[in-house]
Amino acid sequence: MVTEIYLNNKFLGVVDNGKAFAEDFRESRRKGTLDPSVNVCYDKDNEEIHIESTEGRAQRPLLVLKDGKILLEEKHLKQLEEGKISWKDLVKQGIVEFLDALEEENALVAYSEKEITPKHTHLEISPSALCGIVTSLVPFANFNQPPRLIIGSKNQKQSLGFYAGNYPIRLDMDISLLHYPQVPIVRTKVHDLIHLEQHPAGQNVVLAIMSYDGYTIEDALVINRSSLDRGLYRSTYFRPVETEELRYSGGLVDEICIPDKDVKGYRTEHEYRLLEEDGIIFPEAKAAEGDVVIGKTSPPRFLSSLDEYNLSAGSRRESATSLSHGEQGVADLVIVTENEEGNRLVRVRLREEMVPELGDKFTSRHGQKGVVGLVVPQADMPFSASGVVPDIIFSPHGIPSRMTISHLLEMIGGKVAAMNGRIVEGTIFEGEPEEKLRQELLSLGFREDGTEEFYHGRTGKKMEARIFVGHMHFLRLKYLAANKLHSRARGPVQLLTRQPTEGKAKEGGLRLGEMEKDTFIAHGAALLLKERFDSDKTLVCICERCGLPAVEDRYKNRKYCPVCGEGIEVNYIEVSYAFKLLLDELKSLGISPSIKLKSKY
Amino acid sequence: MRKAHEEFIDGYEGKLPLKMINEVKANIPDDITKETLEKIMEQIVSRYNESKVHAGEAIGIITSQSIGEPGTQMTLDTFHFAGVSEMNVTVGLPRIIEIFDARKTISTPLMEVFLKPQYNKPEAVKKVALHLKETKIEETVAEIAINILDQTLTIQLKKNILEGLEMKPSDVSALIKAKVKKLNVKTEGDTIIVTYEGKPEEVKEIYLIKEKIKNIRLRGVKGIRQVLPVKRGEEYVILTAGTNLKDVLEQEEVDAKRTTTNDIYEIREVLGIEAARQAVLNEVDKVIEAQGLNINVRHIMLVADMMCGNGEVKGITRYGVIGEKASVLARASFETPIKHIIDASLIGERDELNSVIENVLINQTVPLGTGLPGLVVKVKGEAKDGKE
Repeated sequence: MVTEIYLNNKFLGVVDNGKAFAEDFRESRRKGTLDPSVNVCYDKDNEEIHIESTEGRAQRPLLVLKDGKILLEEKHLKQLEEGKISWKDLVKQGIVEFLDALEEENALVAYSEKEITPKHTHLEISPSALCGIVTSLVPFANFNQPPRLIIGSKNQKQSLGFYAGNYPIRLDMDISLLHYPQVPIVRTKVHDLIHLEQHPAGQNVVLAIMSYDGYTIEDALVINRSSLDRGLYRSTYFRPVETEELRYSGGLVDEICIPDKDVKGYRTEHEYRLLEEDGIIFPEAKAAEGDVVIGKTSPPRFLSSLDEYNLSAGSRRESATSLSHGEQGVADLVIVTENEEGNRLVRVRLREEMVPELGDKFTSRHGQKGVVGLVVPQADMPFSASGVVPDIIFSPHGIPSRMTISHLLEMIGGKVAAMNGRIVEGTIFEGEPEEKLRQELLSLGFREDGTEEFYHGRTGKKMEARIFVGHMHFLRLKYLAANKLHSRARGPVQLLTRQPTEGKAKEGGLRLGEMEKDTFIAHGAALLLKERFDSDKTLVCICERCGLPAVEDRYKNRKYCPVCGEGIEVNYIEVSYAFKLLLDELKSLGISPSIKLKSKY
Repeated sequence: MRKAHEEFIDGYEGKLPLKMINEVKANIPDDITKETLEKIMEQIVSRYNESKVHAGEAIGIITSQSIGEPGTQMTLDTFHFAGVSEMNVTVGLPRIIEIFDARKTISTPLMEVFLKPQYNKPEAVKKVALHLKETKIEETVAEIAINILDQTLTIQLKKNILEGLEMKPSDVSALIKAKVKKLNVKTEGDTIIVTYEGKPEEVKEIYLIKEKIKNIRLRGVKGIRQVLPVKRGEEYVILTAGTNLKDVLEQEEVDAKRTTTNDIYEIREVLGIEAARQAVLNEVDKVIEAQGLNINVRHIMLVADMMCGNGEVKGITRYGVIGEKASVLARASFETPIKHIIDASLIGERDELNSVIENVLINQTVPLGTGLPGLVVKVKGEAKDGKE
């Protein structure tokens, strides 16, 4: 029986002994004849060999075993430490190799040195290599349910921090920068490996697991106002404002300037006050909602061929960029440049300080996210026997169902770290044992389970239960309530349907959808339902003879039907504009939707 | 019970349904006084009136919400019987959808066969189960040899399987003779030799005969692929994969009153539409029960009534219940609007705008709840223009 060989899923040829071929192939890769990014898989069931060299395959490094012996020796480690060889040399020598998902099918990987048998082909470099970079940052991750780790790492990616040292001259927009970011005091090895201390995110806070009246319901957090006043979790949000000078047919162009008073759609002088002579806001100017950031005029729309000879026609349109509803900020950086098409491009970065407020999102590193439910003055916060006041109160109901033991361990670890002034090690599978941390806590004069006697903030009464408190690295996430806040009573409508627009940017309404409609019907609230849905109501006059919409010309004070002509009787009905549109669309399909009216009673 | 009491209760005919009156009669103690009975009847009438659905109540929407909300908590898995291949059951949301769509072929047809009391012993149950399971000759055959020259088939039977079925090779040959014409069948121990009677028209005829013989049913009921006797309380029940209600009910050992299938269409064919309605109720109830949910049976009754209202089982689909709505706009707003609008315009259909959806669409009050009552003014005397 011969084995078929496929290179990147294309048939290449056949060999007699597939298994030996795959072994040879691997051997030559380990010798350095082949690139380490090439993978081979021998499929015993189908007698096929698949060789992959394409881009986009995830590979992971493993230590190579030969006859149950590790090829990596003591001397390699020494050389690595001395800097004589590097990781690349290990790969070249075939001590470490990269496997993709396909080649893993042929491998038997041992998790630890103790497990190795002659059957094993590879050894895991470290059990912590099991996780990706972000997941590796979760301390004591091995105590958790895997889904929580995934959620936790997703949350971490959204956290605010110190993302780049050269941020003042970078053009990043729609981004936040955390003031006074801190390095976690309970951390993993990966944290140091990726030099996260240079790009810290989040801060170490005192966290108490307890409820505070009803304000911790559904994962809500209670935050100490005094902590916020001291600068906890403050951040700066950079808002982008940009515009470009577009070119139109006929050699017409936009112009960035302070618009003349005779342009179409001129606002008020007040709104242009922040602009300098070049039509751009001056740095450090405080812009509020409605203020123009970049002034611009555009050539008139719909320029017909006749107008070209008409000097008086074609005054320019105003098309300045201003701050819309709820936006504000200080002009931080102004950049004038050109884009790919060679058009003049102006970008302005506005900065705004965001103090944490009701509705802002926070998370620990264990998938325990929450939203601020209440900001409490320190005077009203509960306090411990030793006078410690927590920064954040976290709901106890979030713990049992999610089973994030690592969250609790980090709090104990954090307490030890803070009191002892050392870093607590929390790498997955290699973290400091819980027993040791508890003993250390005991030796520091605390209860070994991390709980403390607490007093009620307003009454001063001692609480019956002891409260679990500790230090924890908490992250502020990029979802800020201020950027989401939106409301509408009246506002713009769509041109086609005359229904309210959608979305915050267009000052849109919140849709009362189909299921919401059903609840009105289920309650029998027929008249309320009609009122809710009359945002696009219109009066339509219907021709008595043919039942199609008629035309009322109020200017000439006459009514006529496009089908039946003059001298007809019309009746008015109040319907949704969407229905009128449906009738029109039916007519355009060649269907005559005639309406027969009769008295309601 | 005293005659006077009975007559008094009969006086409530028209105010109460007959079934309720009979129930009261059966439960009223004999030594009751007239005054107490009057009070009781008053209470019954007022309770009965209170529990009636009010005019203008949106029972359809409430039903759909009452089924839809718990529906979000249902599982999407199928349940497997440990150890028995082919015996898995669709449960949860997929099954609910299957029932309400009134699918003609359901994904896991199943029967629950109850037996008459005298057969309710372990050995008897096993025997009945074996007799229900469809067994084809194919399954008892070790080898079939074809001799093209002589036009003969030599069938080698597996003795142990035949014994398990309590059959002899001669029974098999008799069956072959009965089912396929123009054959000479000889039995020699475990082998059956089949020859063609007379001259075959074509050489390949013998192949066709071989296939025919393989598919002959030796034992059992057509369509019953698997059987699984289960002890339920004191009683044995046979669960089957595959269903054939009509033939199973005809079996002597089967208790025809309780034996059912989960194929609603089959119940409609065999037992009629009222049984099908009850089957819809039972099947939906089974799913709800299994998922640990709680839905009032009245909601499901409404759906079942809609599905079985005109004697045929119709699904809640655009071909079934919704396809029969009177309003063009209502149909068009559900699914495939273009098709409905075109069909309606071809025959000049008229929409009376009597129902809910179409009135929401044109922004008029819906004829429900507060939108239902209108004001009627009684005009005294003649109006000025002479009209009434």
